[in-house]
Amino acid sequence: MSEVVAVIDYGMGNLHSAGKALEKVANGQTIIITGDPDQVRAADRVVFPGVGAIRDCIAVLKDTGLDQAIRDVAKAGKPLLGICVGMQAMMARSEENNGVDCLGVFDGQVTFFGELFSDTGTRLKVPHMGWNQVQQGMAHPMWAGIDNHARFYFVHSYCVTGLPDEAVAGRCDYGLTFAAAAVQGNVFAVQFHPEKSADAGLTLLENFLRWQPKIN
Amino acid sequence: MGLAKRIIPCLDVDAGRVVKGVQFVDIRDAGDPVEIAKRYNDAGADEITFLDITASHQERDTTLHTVEQIASQVFIPLTVGGGVRALEDIRNLLNAGADKVAINSAAVHNPEFVREAAERFGSQCIVVAIDAKKVSAESDTNRWEIFTHGGRKPTGLDAVEWARKMTDYGAGEILLTSMDRDGTKNGFDIALTRAISDAVPVPVIASGGVGNLQHLVDGVQQGGADAVLAASIFHFGEYSVQQAKEFMQSAGVEMRLG
Repeated sequence: MSEVVAVIDYGMGNLHSAGKALEKVANGQTIIITGDPDQVRAADRVVFPGVGAIRDCIAVLKDTGLDQAIRDVAKAGKPLLGICVGMQAMMARSEENNGVDCLGVFDGQVTFFGELFSDTGTRLKVPHMGWNQVQQGMAHPMWAGIDNHARFYFVHSYCVTGLPDEAVAGRCDYGLTFAAAAVQGNVFAVQFHPEKSADAGLTLLENFLRWQPKIN
Repeated sequence: MGLAKRIIPCLDVDAGRVVKGVQFVDIRDAGDPVEIAKRYNDAGADEITFLDITASHQERDTTLHTVEQIASQVFIPLTVGGGVRALEDIRNLLNAGADKVAINSAAVHNPEFVREAAERFGSQCIVVAIDAKKVSAESDTNRWEIFTHGGRKPTGLDAVEWARKMTDYGAGEILLTSMDRDGTKNGFDIALTRAISDAVPVPVIASGGVGNLQHLVDGVQQGGADAVLAASIFHFGEYSVQQAKEFMQSAGVEMRLG
């Protein structure tokens, strides 16, 4: 039986690109795109992508029961990858949309970039959009074959801060330093879009399909 | 060290074929957008913009099919513009694999459409395309207006005010084309680019007029653009994307190099 990788579809925007990128790097795994909580629980690996506003995202997850399925996958020790809003949704709370309680898989906060200035004094544009460097916070199987400070594609106006150091798998600077990647046991989450980050991104997805998390 | 400036090759597509002709060094391309998008992806482009100039409604399905094919083979961001008039158009393009959609005339006719689109799909995927033309005399203070229909139809809208309004309404990025410079190879309208970039909080893509690599540098360093879009200098193999990136990096612009 080949492994099943579930990409969670909760009906918001372009969630298929993650599926297409995973298909590109899959090595015998079956990629399914699903909004069914039971299929998510039954999968061997789960990818939780996301775009759009956090309030709508969390509302849909709760309505469909996918919120509990994601928590269950996290607890079950199966590899789980959050992408962009998928990462933010796994934090404790986001200040977007006047404050939204999130899934609480990680003990981090999602905050607005705000008025930021570069070291030359020019105002930085928000959304943070484009290719920025990720400083790897630790050696990790998800970083295998990826240069430290490699560039990934970001597009976001909110970012994750306040994570404990040991949970920050990668950092990025844009007026402030934020968590570009977070890790906790079998859960890995990235603020950037690996499915849109050319070779570096495809390598990260390939690493995810091979990742065998060590469970304490 | 930080966020890189982006180089965005642009494909003008009519009924599923790239028009304006595309010819890479030593390769005569028949105009298959999927093939061309793949080449730019491999060449290190930071994004690809696909402008659908198809006039007839029936051929929109061809566009969706092409976008789908590109998205399954190209793993960098893809912006699709042209004929985006309804939320349904946006949904279809995003479902086909576009990452962002560019709204142009429909924003002029109905600015609320931009607000609805941003609320529904998120600002990150809503690009407002602005075609601006200088209307002030040389001796006067610069003033640019929005034109539609390929620069033929004036709207009376002030370009700087319009850009600000569009970002207030939720546009996450501005694709700014100078109608005076488009196709001239004389370089971007730097004053226009600077005026818009300073006026809005979101990234600005400069477009229209690129004839050499120094023009790209000027767009960023003098115009304050966050990204530069070009078609013909890349299509005809005058310069490769890699050459452009190396040139810009050596001029002091931070770039993503392979």
